[in-house]
Amino acid sequence: MAELMYREALNQALAEEMERDANVFLIGEEVGRYNGAFKVSQGLLDKFGSARIIDAPISELGFTGMAAGAAMVGLRPVVEMMTWNFAILAMDQIVNNAAKLRHMSGGQLRCPIVFRGPGGAGGRLSSQHSQALEANYAHFPGLKVIAPATPADAKGLLKAAIRDENPVVMIEGERLYAVKGEVPEGEHVVPIGKADVKREGKDVSIITWSRMYYFCEEAAQRLEKEGISVEILDLRTLRPLDEEAILATVRKTNRAVIVEEGWALAGVGASVVDIIQSKAFDELDAPVLRVTGLDVNMSYAANLENATQPDAAKIAAAVKKVLYREGA
Amino acid sequence: MASPYSKELLLTMYRKMYLIRRFEERAGQQYGLGKIAGFCHLYIGQEATAVGAIEAIRPDDYMLSAYRDHGQPLARGADAGMVMAELFGRGTGYSKGKGGSMHIFDIEHHFYGGYGIVGGQIPLAAGMAFASRYRNEDRVTVCYFGDAAANQGAFHETLNMASKWKLPVIYICENNRYGMGTAVGRTSAVPEMYKRAVAYDMRGEPVDGMDCLKMYETVKDAAEYCRAGKGPVLLEANTYRFRGHSMADPATYRSKQEVEEERKNDPIPKIKDYTLKKKLAKEEEFDAIDEEVKAQVDAAVKFADESPEPSLEELWRDTIVEPGEEDVRPRERVLGVKVKWPSYPSGQELKVTWDLEPREQAEKEDKKAGLAR
Repeated sequence: MAELMYREALNQALAEEMERDANVFLIGEEVGRYNGAFKVSQGLLDKFGSARIIDAPISELGFTGMAAGAAMVGLRPVVEMMTWNFAILAMDQIVNNAAKLRHMSGGQLRCPIVFRGPGGAGGRLSSQHSQALEANYAHFPGLKVIAPATPADAKGLLKAAIRDENPVVMIEGERLYAVKGEVPEGEHVVPIGKADVKREGKDVSIITWSRMYYFCEEAAQRLEKEGISVEILDLRTLRPLDEEAILATVRKTNRAVIVEEGWALAGVGASVVDIIQSKAFDELDAPVLRVTGLDVNMSYAANLENATQPDAAKIAAAVKKVLYREGA
Repeated sequence: MASPYSKELLLTMYRKMYLIRRFEERAGQQYGLGKIAGFCHLYIGQEATAVGAIEAIRPDDYMLSAYRDHGQPLARGADAGMVMAELFGRGTGYSKGKGGSMHIFDIEHHFYGGYGIVGGQIPLAAGMAFASRYRNEDRVTVCYFGDAAANQGAFHETLNMASKWKLPVIYICENNRYGMGTAVGRTSAVPEMYKRAVAYDMRGEPVDGMDCLKMYETVKDAAEYCRAGKGPVLLEANTYRFRGHSMADPATYRSKQEVEEERKNDPIPKIKDYTLKKKLAKEEEFDAIDEEVKAQVDAAVKFADESPEPSLEELWRDTIVEPGEEDVRPRERVLGVKVKWPSYPSGQELKVTWDLEPREQAEKEDKKAGLAR
């Protein structure tokens, strides 16, 4: 198996799907001649030409809606958001049109489209460029929301998203593009809606997704040295949530910590807690804890930025707390 | 002078406008009776803008509209009973009662919906036109919106792209002079919306939206222009709604006198007078059409009223497309008739030959700028 960067895995998925289906095209800012702001679309213009790799003007609402219109009549657009922060301008088209076309038309229309791009905090970018926004989209019926942590999942989920008949929001980790991992060649499709146990353990379950997985892994390795066995469930898909996998891991370890990059209030993790407490309450040996971004806007200053985000130390402390070990 | 228009065309236009008028009057009445709820934006007065355009394009051209969207699907051939049933919130409506007045969709007749967010459908139309070019089809897309939508970012963002990429889309701004209760001039620096096309180097022109034949001629010409690959067109149809913004609006922001003055421009007697003057039809022929349409609308109301509400299981349908699930064909579902449904070439059959930015030109530009490719 080849070792690829996350961005290369995405590039491979795009190239393979465009090769397979001429209805697939990519539109976004700088995706063509610039080869992608984060180089995800590197080389695709040369391969597929300007009708299929389209440099859009900086008009997020406009080109997002345009792509949705193309999907209404049978094309399969992939819309690259330069970052999800800018997609806020396009939110009306994503949630009021793409997500609702099937419903408002009483099942006459479908909108097979992928909205993808980097999300998440970090990189000393202050408030407007540094936030995890997946909870916004997970809120809307009619959308599917995916957020892969590893290069292999990035490839497999993007391929699944392009083939899906529904609008799919794919939040990539802006800080993950250079992460390397083994990626199966060719036909590697990860089903949307299936979580993945990334680490087996028996004392406590950490439930997370996207970039936070790596902090959880770091915490798990530290805790292992202290004799604590951590299981990590990577949700991968945030809508629909894989209830079965969430309940299975909690039934196994009887304790859970949920780690979310975004804000706590009305976050995706809150819904995970709801699933656990309403369907597996009797299995719990401790209250479920959440580690989330602080309830503040992101700062530019390095120390403030770091303090705002979850990290391995915060996660490890939460794990110990649900195990009733040490201070906390 | 002889009429350049056939009797058949004139009577078709009259019939369609009259159908919309009677349908809307009955819809207003049913709203008053509490049979129709929500917002109900009537088209009365604006019939010519829909009918003139629809007769000027092909039945397989794409079309979509805003929330004042009962008239266009009716003129395209939608079943009046099923449109009325949608307004009634019944399971026999085009969207099974899930869309209501603002969201009529009739894909069989290439009517891609009414939309409730001002200006939100403008980018969708460009995308449908984009798809036509992508697949090398000579279809045009006609998109309706109101004067207020021309102040939305979606309008400006889309016109820029549509013009740059020469998309075959005809934008019809129905300027009925009020954005809800606010007169156009109070909110628009340039109240002549067609002039805005200049900013995007595209064709823009005004047209008398109270005259069905003028609409017909203008849209026919615009469609030819689009099909020839010359780019999009922005038409400003100057029209007037005789009623309030929606049924919830008594329209106190305009004078009785103004409305009375505008009613003299009613497009329906206008086309009737023209046809009679040209001696292409007799008064009795119009009377017969009137009777037929009245019966059709009576039947539509009866159909809607007698239809059941959607079943509660419908709550869980039509949100996510399940693998292998087919699209719902409303007339087939409700009336049991076989309908022709649009189909699109699969990825293997499709050859994309269009160049958005021709390669040679791009290379030349890069070379000139001293850039390597």
